Amino acid sequence: MKLRWLAGYGPAFVLGVTLLAFWELYVRAGQISSQVLPSPTAIIQALIEHWDVISIHTMQTLLETVLGMAVAIVFGLILAITLEISRWSRRAVYPLLVISQTIPIIALAPLLLIWFGIDLGPKVFVVALYCFFPIAVACADGLADAEPELINLLKSMHASRWQILWLVRLPGAMPSFFSGLRIAATYGVTGAIFGEYVGAYQGLGIYMQLSVNSHAIVLVFAAILVTAVLSLLLFGLVSLIERIALPWYHGTVIERKLS
Amino acid sequence: MEPAKLLVQGVSKVFRDGRKPLDTLAAIDLFVNAGEFVTVIGPSGCGKSTLFNIVAGVDQPTSGIVAIDGDAQGERAGKSGYMPQQPLLLPWRTVEENIMLGLDVRRLPRKKAEREAYELLKRFGLADFAHHYPATLSGGMRQRVALLRTVLFNSSFLLLDEPFGALDALTRLSLQMWLLDLWQTFHSSVLFITHDVREAILLSDRIYVLSARPARVLRVVEVDLPRPRRSEQLALEQAVRLEQELTTLLLKEQQS
Repeated sequence: MKLRWLAGYGPAFVLGVTLLAFWELYVRAGQISSQVLPSPTAIIQALIEHWDVISIHTMQTLLETVLGMAVAIVFGLILAITLEISRWSRRAVYPLLVISQTIPIIALAPLLLIWFGIDLGPKVFVVALYCFFPIAVACADGLADAEPELINLLKSMHASRWQILWLVRLPGAMPSFFSGLRIAATYGVTGAIFGEYVGAYQGLGIYMQLSVNSHAIVLVFAAILVTAVLSLLLFGLVSLIERIALPWYHGTVIERKLS
Repeated sequence: MEPAKLLVQGVSKVFRDGRKPLDTLAAIDLFVNAGEFVTVIGPSGCGKSTLFNIVAGVDQPTSGIVAIDGDAQGERAGKSGYMPQQPLLLPWRTVEENIMLGLDVRRLPRKKAEREAYELLKRFGLADFAHHYPATLSGGMRQRVALLRTVLFNSSFLLLDEPFGALDALTRLSLQMWLLDLWQTFHSSVLFITHDVREAILLSDRIYVLSARPARVLRVVEVDLPRPRRSEQLALEQAVRLEQELTTLLLKEQQS
């Protein structure tokens, strides 16, 4: 079963390796200076050599991302529930929510630096701003999607609004919530790097900038690689949590022991 | 004298959706005595489900009286076990947990609810499926689970809205027998909706035939076949005559 799962990624793997091989050969053939475009093997080598420094920056970025996502989850859920509970708030807040996403974060990041300083706070804020929207929207849609007949059934049982929310709407919205969270996980690391780019003591963003300034292009690529891996790991982690948290959604049968 | 389990008097319903008011129910009268199995039958789209929503307390009538246990004033929600056409099981709850839904709404302690649910599953032959998710069950099984959920919430008065409509003939027959067993065990009063004449005759003590929209009661028939019912009784002369009579009536109504 595991093998078949791996085999599903076969074509992507083959294509990826082919592209990397072309890249490697192109650089090695001297078509382009390795100062400008380092070869994949050189990038890996640089990553290993500088891992002691890069790992510290990675931990910082990871911390910002996880904190930012946590903030986004809390506020995303609260907002989604608020939208669900009051039709009035839905009409009032939803458009503002969409407008908030039109703010170019790249312009906002330097302002945050001026307002809140160079510490952790502004980075967490940027990440939260990035991740908040997909979580809130997916969750709000999930909450609103509950079947009207099911709501009627609960009403016939004389269930309160909160009971309907707790027993039907929230559990039913969990798959949507996780979809939003998966999207947020891929945005999150990028958000943190944006935040760091404009000024930070530590983090992959500032590390990239310093590397560019000292013409160490190979290290920029090494940091990009780490960023990609980090995003994938977060994505995978969210998928794993979803599998564990929503066993019913993947059609598994649990044989709970009778007590 | 004990009041009727359900008394519906002059209940009408007009939906004001958009500009044109939609007359759905026109002055319905019916009753269900304690322990009776009463069926409402009518052409499709005649407003049977609207009547059910009103009795279940999900909707309010435009005019008329609905009294459960002689109480016409109080809140109706929670006083009946309401089962809609779709099983509407919660996919994230196991069979046992689905059956407990009504008890959760009533805030019964978990342990007690679990015990009651398990007893019921055992009595009606579903104990092996207690910890399965609904997605793994067949259509007939889901319907059984939905029925047990209804019974566990309120066994004294059941509102069943075409519960077997989507099932194949054999599954349907075995579920009909299963329902009669359940009804006799709990001495429930039942108000049942169907558009299947044979099903109505097989199950009911009394049948109300509704007209096309706006629905009113066209005919009331007492079914005096002996109990316990068996499907063979549908071949009895009186049953066949009744079936033909009702089918003709419904056909005429569907066409008009």
